[in-house]
Amino acid sequence: MKERELVIVGGGPAGMAAALAARAAGVEDVLLLERDQHLGGILNQCIHPGFGLHHFKEELTGPEYADRFVRLVKEDPAIEVSLRSFVVKLTGDRQLSFLRPGALEEVKARAVILATGCRERTREMIAIPGSRPAGVYPAGLAQKMVNMEGWIPGKEAVIVGSGDIGLIMARRMALEGVSVKAVVEIQKTSRGLVRNVVQCLEDYGIPLYFQHRISRIHGRDRVEKVDVVRVDDEFRDIPGSGFEISCDTVLVSVGLIPENELLEMAGAEMDKKTNTPASAEVNQTSLPGIFACGNAFKVYDLADSVTRDSELAGRAAAKYLGRL
Amino acid sequence: MPHDVIIVGAGITGAAIARELSRYKLKVLLLEKEAEPAFGVSKSNSGIIHAGTQNPPSSLKGWLCVEGNRLLREELAADLGLNFVQCGQLIVIFDEADLPELEAIKAEGTALGVKGMALVDRAWLDANEPNLGPGVKAALLVPSAGIISPYRYVYALVENAVKNGVELKTSSKVIGVNRIEKGGFYVEAGGQVYTTKFLVNAAGLHADEISGLAGAPSFKITPRKGEEYLLDRKREHIANRIIFPLPTKTSKGILIIKTSDGNPMIGPTAHDADDKADLSTTDAGLQEVLDGARRMMPSISKSDIIAYFAGLRPVSGKDFIIRHEDAAPGLVNAAGIQSPGLTSAPAIAVMVADLLRKHGLPLEPKEQFHRLRPRPAHLFQVPLEETRRLIEKNPAYGDIVCRCELVSAQEVRDAVKRGAVTLDGVKFRTRAQAGRCHGGFCTTRILKIMQEELGFPVTALTKRGPGSELIKEERK
Ligand SMILES: Cc1cc2nc3c(=O)[nH]c(=O)nc-3n(C[C@H](O)[C@H](O)[C@H](O)COP(=O)(O)OP(=O)(O)OC[C@H]3O[C@@H](n4cnc5c(N)ncnc54)[C@H](O)[C@@H]3O)c2cc1C
Ligand SMILES: Cc1cc2nc3c(=O)[nH]c(=O)nc-3n(C[C@H](O)[C@H](O)[C@H](O)COP(=O)(O)OP(=O)(O)OC[C@H]3O[C@@H](n4cnc5c(N)ncnc54)[C@H](O)[C@@H]3O)c2cc1C
Repeated sequence: MKERELVIVGGGPAGMAAALAARAAGVEDVLLLERDQHLGGILNQCIHPGFGLHHFKEELTGPEYADRFVRLVKEDPAIEVSLRSFVVKLTGDRQLSFLRPGALEEVKARAVILATGCRERTREMIAIPGSRPAGVYPAGLAQKMVNMEGWIPGKEAVIVGSGDIGLIMARRMALEGVSVKAVVEIQKTSRGLVRNVVQCLEDYGIPLYFQHRISRIHGRDRVEKVDVVRVDDEFRDIPGSGFEISCDTVLVSVGLIPENELLEMAGAEMDKKTNTPASAEVNQTSLPGIFACGNAFKVYDLADSVTRDSELAGRAAAKYLGRL
Repeated sequence: MPHDVIIVGAGITGAAIARELSRYKLKVLLLEKEAEPAFGVSKSNSGIIHAGTQNPPSSLKGWLCVEGNRLLREELAADLGLNFVQCGQLIVIFDEADLPELEAIKAEGTALGVKGMALVDRAWLDANEPNLGPGVKAALLVPSAGIISPYRYVYALVENAVKNGVELKTSSKVIGVNRIEKGGFYVEAGGQVYTTKFLVNAAGLHADEISGLAGAPSFKITPRKGEEYLLDRKREHIANRIIFPLPTKTSKGILIIKTSDGNPMIGPTAHDADDKADLSTTDAGLQEVLDGARRMMPSISKSDIIAYFAGLRPVSGKDFIIRHEDAAPGLVNAAGIQSPGLTSAPAIAVMVADLLRKHGLPLEPKEQFHRLRPRPAHLFQVPLEETRRLIEKNPAYGDIVCRCELVSAQEVRDAVKRGAVTLDGVKFRTRAQAGRCHGGFCTTRILKIMQEELGFPVTALTKRGPGSELIKEERK
């Protein structure tokens, strides 16, 4: 089995920042594995501005932000990037198996950084009752459809959850001529940035219902309408407060969950509630020589914070490898 | 040329009948109203191949269940390359006073021909099912029960039937049946009129309507809803067998179900409904299922749930209705196929073939009947070494589309080549989108592959047929 000094799983902002920082700290051989056909991770679909205000002191879109790192990574001959490479197995002693078109490869790493990002929580995880028609999408999937493929999923949308992705997608859909009828939030306040509430909803006249939940989705083949009900402080339905909103699309934006199936497989101690490594210190796991950074370590609001902390992961790996 | 037999409905019942009839020199047409087979009751059930217990020995469904179980175990699973797992079942009791009830189930099962049953005590359960809660006192072990993917069972039967000459027409709803004076029927479906000597009605929830159209309005189908909740694959090993509580009058109770794809499932509820199209789940159903499952296994929690669905059992009285209708000569009903219909299907098929023969259809075996169907390759079912061989043969097996369930681009393409025309059809065949992210990452990629293979614009692709279009507009 081929041995590599440092293997990084995931080529989003976290994986790229970690790779560059590890190199700067003296690591001589980096293999960066990315499942997708390009580097950049989730940033590729975030075509709105608002990235880089801290790190670059200017306002960039997601792809622009990613591109700054992609260029540096590609210029460095000691970072080998392997795209369309999907890691399926990691052991506690740092053996990795990955699939790519044409091959199943195995490598042994002296250190590993997991930068596998997040997946979205789904309709199923909050158990919205009702039928299961077409037109119910995780908001991030809708973002990918609209921004990367030019596919408009519907004509009239209701958005569940007022986190940043939900807010940004409300505006995005409105800009594409979709009638966004409401954002429905079960909590008393939005988890999103204040600037997003103002810029994405208020500027577009999109109503935001706090302390409300979708109590049922209707429609056999395609979404036809949703039932909305007001809840009290204990999230119990308030009788008589229900109303309907007709729509053909429901976008669900109810939070992110770190993707740490590999770390769990390797036998690391996990915090079951957050699906992150059980660790007091940033980027550390219970396994020696295995680090986690970016959204895989914890869910970040800003890509700039991901970059900052992931650079620390690169340095931590370098230190573990005796380079610092 | 008229058909010898038209079968209405490509669920498990119609599919098994089609495959059984495809052994003989007959011209058979299988008509299905949905865009694909297995989109009716046969897609939303527990996937259990029941042993046959919990049915009265005097019932038709009891005998057919035991025989259907045997046919699948001994013949079909191997012949059709199905992933059938004979994991066995336990019927548990919470009170020693219920032991006589277990004895009675055992005696009835024995009368039906169920083999190998044994009563097991708490010590046995501790050793073999360590996650059972402290309330469970004893159980009846039934080793011949097992699990299967219900839709892949249907697809395998249909593919094999088609290979043996059966004609399948999807998106063909039967809207009219007229008896021909000299015998046989005109059947109107999908804008065409077909002529047939015999009509087999396997229309599930709508079997009463078809029987009525053909001139035998002899029964009514009432839907009985069952909600089911799937748990994360991480919980795969919470149970080693299917766990049942002691049954009640209307249902087998809330079960903990192993599934052949890994994710355990809890459910189903059983409530009579009046809408044959209402597949919605409810807050109350979720609570009932959670309460029932946690009674047996307290460690199951709401946060384990990754998916849910509801199915409607086509119920007409207490038993199946499988008979020739003398009021409409040439019509054979396979109706009221409630649970255990998935299990019974191959035995129902043999019975239906026999009824057809008795009413004048000659069953002459074909010189060449293709009994075997090659097992499609699924990465999630094979060890890594087999994956390596597959990728070496065809690089596209290394091109992963669905990361939660490990499905490659090649498997998605194969699914479309084998007949999938909808996103659900791809999901049922490959498991792509069936995992914890629900297609968050792979849906766009799958739609692109479907576009390439089918040659449709993305706006014409659907979740499960016309009306369920996924994308309203494409902008370039
Ligand atoms: C749907 C969605 C939308 C978002 N929108 C915004 C937004 O609008 N604005 C904002 O500031 N932040 C947004 N975020 C947050 C954003 O993800 C973070 O700021 C940042 O991109 C996280 O970087 P990362 O590198 O940790 O993760 P990611 O960017 O997600 O990168 C992880 C990479 O790992 C790869 N990977 C995962 N598993 C494997 C494996 N087994 N093998 C190989 N490769 C693998 C993935 O393909 C991916 O490229 C969004 C997040 C999501 C999930
Ligand atoms: C919640 C639940 C759990 C269950 N669990 C189990 C289990 O674990 N084990 C078991 O053995 N059984 C189980 N069952 C029962 C089993 O699912 C059914 O008995 C079986 O699927 C019935 O199959 P079918 O082919 O008769 O009906 P269906 O699958 O409904 O097939 C009938 C077909 O006919 C088509 N059709 C209807 N009308 C027309 C028309 N006019 N023209 C053309 N086509 C038409 C429909 O679209 C459909 O595809 C369960 C059922 C439910 C609801």
